[in-house]
Amino acid sequence: MKPGEVAIISGFSDELLSVKLLEMGCLPGAPVRFNFTAPLGDPICISVLGYELSLRLEEAATISILN
Amino acid sequence: MSAERLKIALVGNPNSGKSSVFNHLTGLNQKIGNFPGVTVEKKSGMTILPDGSAAEIIDLPGIYSLYPRSLDERIVSEILLDHASPLCPDKVVVIADATNLKRSLLLLTQITDLGMPTVLALNMMDLVARAGISYDLHALSNELGIPVVPINARKGSGIDELKNVISKPIEVPGKNVFNIYPDLKLAVQSVRDRFQLDNDYEAYQFLQQPASLKFLNDEGREFLRNVSDTYGFFPGKFQGAEAIHRYTFIQTLLDRVVLKAADLPWKKHTSAIDRVLTHRVWGYLIFFAILFLIFQSIFAWAEVPMDLIDSGFAAISEYFGKILPNTMLTRLLTEGVIPGIGGIIIFVPQIAILFAFIALLEESGYMARVVFLMDKIMRKFGLNGKSVVPLMSGVACAIPAIMATRTIDNWKERTITIFVTPLMSCSARLPVFTILVALVVPDKFVLGVFSLQGLALMGLYLLGFAAAMLTALVMKYLVRVKERSYLLMELPAYRWPKWSNIGYTIVEKTKTFVLEAGKVILAISIVLWVLASYGPGEKFEHAREHVLNESANLRLTPEGLESRVAAYKLEHSYAGIIGKGIEPVIKPLGFDWKIGIALVTSFAAREVFVGTMATIYSIGSDDNQTIKDRMREEINPETGGPRFTPATAFSLLVFYTFAMQCMSTLAIVYRETKGWKWPLLQLAYMSALAYISSFAVFQLLS
Ligand SMILES: Nc1nc2c(ncn2[C@@H]2O[C@H](COP(=O)(O)OP(=O)(O)O)[C@@H](O)[C@H]2O)c(=O)[nH]1
Ligand SMILES: [Mg+2]
Repeated sequence: MKPGEVAIISGFSDELLSVKLLEMGCLPGAPVRFNFTAPLGDPICISVLGYELSLRLEEAATISILN
Repeated sequence: MSAERLKIALVGNPNSGKSSVFNHLTGLNQKIGNFPGVTVEKKSGMTILPDGSAAEIIDLPGIYSLYPRSLDERIVSEILLDHASPLCPDKVVVIADATNLKRSLLLLTQITDLGMPTVLALNMMDLVARAGISYDLHALSNELGIPVVPINARKGSGIDELKNVISKPIEVPGKNVFNIYPDLKLAVQSVRDRFQLDNDYEAYQFLQQPASLKFLNDEGREFLRNVSDTYGFFPGKFQGAEAIHRYTFIQTLLDRVVLKAADLPWKKHTSAIDRVLTHRVWGYLIFFAILFLIFQSIFAWAEVPMDLIDSGFAAISEYFGKILPNTMLTRLLTEGVIPGIGGIIIFVPQIAILFAFIALLEESGYMARVVFLMDKIMRKFGLNGKSVVPLMSGVACAIPAIMATRTIDNWKERTITIFVTPLMSCSARLPVFTILVALVVPDKFVLGVFSLQGLALMGLYLLGFAAAMLTALVMKYLVRVKERSYLLMELPAYRWPKWSNIGYTIVEKTKTFVLEAGKVILAISIVLWVLASYGPGEKFEHAREHVLNESANLRLTPEGLESRVAAYKLEHSYAGIIGKGIEPVIKPLGFDWKIGIALVTSFAAREVFVGTMATIYSIGSDDNQTIKDRMREEINPETGGPRFTPATAFSLLVFYTFAMQCMSTLAIVYRETKGWKWPLLQLAYMSALAYISSFAVFQLLS
């Protein structure tokens, strides 16, 4: 994904992290928007559930998306 | 109602406005303590309810879910699940950011499922109106089965209604949102029977997070483990499914109660500000400019109040010295206790200013951006973006800084942060730095604007910072644990800070410092006073005669004589004897026994250095000389040159940059890491680092 793009969450590849992501509102079927990255490329900022969430690239990589 | 005071806990997501509500409810009627057995700060206060009764309000750390992610989050589950605990609330107020109701409701439904009498306070109603959102509050309350109160914690509107609702009995909703899966029904029933719980979801929590149940004994834990094994359960199982289930319920609920959704671009200014503040160039430039501003202010604004405190306590000592009879107790008071208290209070201005800035950055939402900017860099050093706050606070004082590490959920990153924070040059080092730099660095300007002394001082701060980062880097490879580190942090919308919240934070942090560090510094200054005021043998007792004999052919003024006697006494006191004892060890660093005395007295609190120097070098006929002048004139008998050559002074500076010399920090590290391993390692490491670096500096320069 590139900054500015929107996608739909389809699932997670990491069991442990998925619980935290779900609790934070990253739900399967919900839209996410990739807002921008930190100056050094990591972490990144996304919008889900109407708020801004920052997470590291490796964490973001566990979220599978549908385009 | 029982005669016991009602206990009410404030629970909610981070940044939902809990602290604002807490400040409204309790005013200055707050106290900060620790939750028993754990080191998480506890904020509680009193409020008077409309029926005239008093209620205790407890502000809890922000959480997104009952399942904790870090040490400070765990406390919420701990007190909600332990009914025997004196802190377990009678009622819970869930504070929700109404502009983001969906996420807040996850936590709310977990708490109502526990069977707790709960009130939902919908906060930020002003922003809801601005965003164009509108809720059917009546329907929301009916669907959830609990009272709902709209508030604006910034202005304080709705708080009276909230108090009103709290004071009345609150019904618990009859039906749970999340029902335990049938396979686990028996497991949950056996937990309920064993611990006499009257709620399924609560028993389920026992199985989900046994680690939060500090009140259980080994046998209880064993029981939970057995039940889990029998039913093929393990902590963490189904947590994702539970979240999905709850969100499905919440979505259906919101479909009914949201009359109008937000007009899209209402948060535009936040993303516009972010484009600048997280910009690859401007982002860092602005961050460093802010840091620079903070440090400038700490030094510039704190100077006047610090001088006032200094002279104020000197005057109090003198006053008591005059009106009280000259006994040992009086001297203990005027030379030990009062200067000891002064030695604590003197740091208050700098600490207050630093925390004013930190609170400002947190209130406005900028701190989360600092974490965002610094995370990648800090991770390279085995730290976490969240380590920035402790490291910054460390410049004022390591004690609140180390307490600020509790937000770091990863054990390794937290331990490394705790370990390296004392290397940041704290305000207690500043008086030592100032006097020594003034002694050997010429008072000149380079390029017209940069004062050489200022640059030297800044160099010392950078040296401490570099040592902290390099130590962290080494520890990253030495400390081996397999625990995942997360970031997952909300970037809250930028907000104009609420000044009263900042005021409360300053009071709170300063109080913590005075109480925590105060005890230790005070105790130590008394011990040091004893060591420096008493000595074995005849020389100490008859100091006056000895001085009179030695200086018979000098014409001393009465003051000159007194200061000679004081110096003579110090030389033959216990502290002096220890100083002489360690002379061979510190000689390679360029120090003599007089500096040795200062090292001994500042072992437990480094700021004592200057006071000790003042006493040791109080010899001399001219009483108007400053300590600095006296130190400058001190002659090294071996070389005939000045005692404080650049080599000695720089060696001493480096020593004070690296050495631990703070008993209060060790005590806090002991408490925060729950053992002696880390504080002792820290003491050994920093002492070795100080000794070796000093040695290298002295040998290179001389
Ligand atoms: N506009 C607005 N801002 C609020 C309201 N309540 C709190 N805030 C702001 O939200 C931020 C977070 O509040 P705080 O009380 O620190 O939240 P906590 O993290 O839950 O303790 C602060 O900047 C507050 O000034 C409100 O009702 N309206
Ligand atoms: Mg708060």
